[in-house]
Amino acid sequence: MSVSGLAIRSPWTEISEGAVSALHANPGVYEIADASGQTLLIGYAGGKSLFGLRGEVAKHIGNPRAGLFRVEQNMQYISRWKELLMVFRSETGALPVLNPAEDGFRLGHLGPRNRSFDGD
Amino acid sequence: MIEFEPTSEQTSLIDNVRRFVREEIIPLEADLDPDAASLRPDDFARLRQKAIDLGLHGMDTPAEYGGPGLDVMTRTLLAIEMSQHRAGLYASCYGVFGGAGLAQMYEANDDQKERYLYPSLRGEKHGFFGLSEPSGGSDPARAIRTKAVRDGDDWVINGSKLWISGADDADFGIIFARTGEGRQGITAFIVDADTPGFQVTRVVHTLRSAHYATELSFQDMRISDGNRLGEIGNGFAIANGRLSAQRIPYSAQCVGIAIAAQKLAVEYSQIRETFGQLLASRQAIQWMLVDNEFDIRSSRLLVLEAAAKADRGEEFRTEAAVAKVAATEAAGRVVDRAIQIHGGLGVSKELPLERWYREMRIRRIGEGPTEVQKLIIARDLLGKVAG
Repeated sequence: MSVSGLAIRSPWTEISEGAVSALHANPGVYEIADASGQTLLIGYAGGKSLFGLRGEVAKHIGNPRAGLFRVEQNMQYISRWKELLMVFRSETGALPVLNPAEDGFRLGHLGPRNRSFDGD
Repeated sequence: MIEFEPTSEQTSLIDNVRRFVREEIIPLEADLDPDAASLRPDDFARLRQKAIDLGLHGMDTPAEYGGPGLDVMTRTLLAIEMSQHRAGLYASCYGVFGGAGLAQMYEANDDQKERYLYPSLRGEKHGFFGLSEPSGGSDPARAIRTKAVRDGDDWVINGSKLWISGADDADFGIIFARTGEGRQGITAFIVDADTPGFQVTRVVHTLRSAHYATELSFQDMRISDGNRLGEIGNGFAIANGRLSAQRIPYSAQCVGIAIAAQKLAVEYSQIRETFGQLLASRQAIQWMLVDNEFDIRSSRLLVLEAAAKADRGEEFRTEAAVAKVAATEAAGRVVDRAIQIHGGLGVSKELPLERWYREMRIRRIGEGPTEVQKLIIARDLLGKVAG
C-alpha cells in the first residue's frame, strides 16, 4: 500500500515575504522544498512557535536552498508531523536532509516494515 | 476498615518519585512543546540512567524477573505521583522509568520469553497490544473479525486493528484473531513487526496530539504456531486478564492529574485578583475548589481500594471498574473546574490544563468506556438478569 496519499495537500508556493506574511499564525505542519520541489524539511508550528506557521516558515526566507513551501493548519501538529516524517521515510528511505537526526528518534513506520532506516 | 496510610517504604519511594518529577521532569517541560510526549534523546538517556541509579527503573518488573516486585498498592501510589506533570497522563515521566513489557508475555513459553519478554525488560524491544478492531472495541470477543486459519505448522492471518498505540515503532505485538466461534474462539499470537503482510496503514489523529493511535492491516500474514500465545481459543481470557489489571494504574494516573490541576487552581486563586478581591475569597471559586477536593479524595480512595483487593489476591474486576469510572469522570470534572478558575489562561497552552482537558476526555473511553464499566458493575450486583 502506498502512503503518499497522506502528504500535505495544499500546493507548493514560492517562498517570499509576501506569501509568508499572508499565512495564518496557527499551529500546523509545513514543508520546505528546493526550487524543484524536493522536500528539504518537514516541520511543525506548535505551542511555542511565535506566530505559528507564519513564524516558522518565515525563518526560511533568505535561505538559498529553500525555494518552496506548503502548509497545513492542524491542532494535532505533533502526530501529523510524525506521520509526514514516516510517509517521507517510507518513500525515500531517509529523513529530509534538513531534519536533524534526533527527529528520527523512535520514529515509527508506516507501510510494510521491510527495511531499516537511519535514526532507528 | 481498609488502611491506606503509606508504609515508611512506600513513603520513601513516593518522596523519591515526587522529587524526580519536580526536579528532573518539570524543568525540562518548560522547553518542550506543550504537546510533546518524548524527551530529547540525550535527556532521555541521562534521566533513564538516573532512574536506574535511584533504583526506580523497571519498577513494573516482577521480582522473579529481576524487578523490585512492587505490590499493586505501591505501584498505584507511585502512578499517582508519576503522572503529575504536563505529559503525565499518557507519558508518565516520559518513560524513563522503563516498563514491564506486555503483561501477557509473562504467560509465554520459555522460547517466547527469550525472544520477546527478556529483550523488552532490557529495553531492547518494544511491543504493542492489538485487540480493538474497526468493528468495535468495547466488546472485543464479539467484535473481532481478524481471522487466523491453520495451515500446517503456521497460521495465516487476515484482518485489521484500530486504536492501537505504539504499533508504528514496535518490534512486535500481541494480536488477537478469531479461530472459532464466540468468546472461546479467540486466540492470541505474537507478531514480529517485519512479518510480510503486516503493516501500519495510518496514524489516527485524535484529541491527543502525541502518543497517537494507529490502524493496522494484516494480509495473508503467516505466523508460526510457535508464536501462538497460550492455548487455542484462550485469547479472550488473556486479553481480559490484562484489561481489569490495567484499569487500576490507568485510574491512578487520572487521580494524579486531578491533584496537579487542583494545585494549580488553589495557587492561582490565591494570587489572582478580580474586582479588587482575590479569587480565593469568592464563594463561587471556593465551592469549585471544594468540589474538586471531594472528587479527588473519593476517587483516590476507590482506586486504592481496588489496588488493595488485587494485592489480597481477591477478585477485583468490579472494584477496578468502579475505580475506572470514578477516577476518569472525577478527574475530568476537576480539570474542567480548574480551567474555569483560570479563565482564558486555562485554555491556553501556557498551562498544562488544556492538554489535560483534551487527554482526560479520552480516558472516559479508553480501556473500556464508562458505560461498559457500569455494565460490569451492574452484572456484579444483579447477576445474569442484568444482561
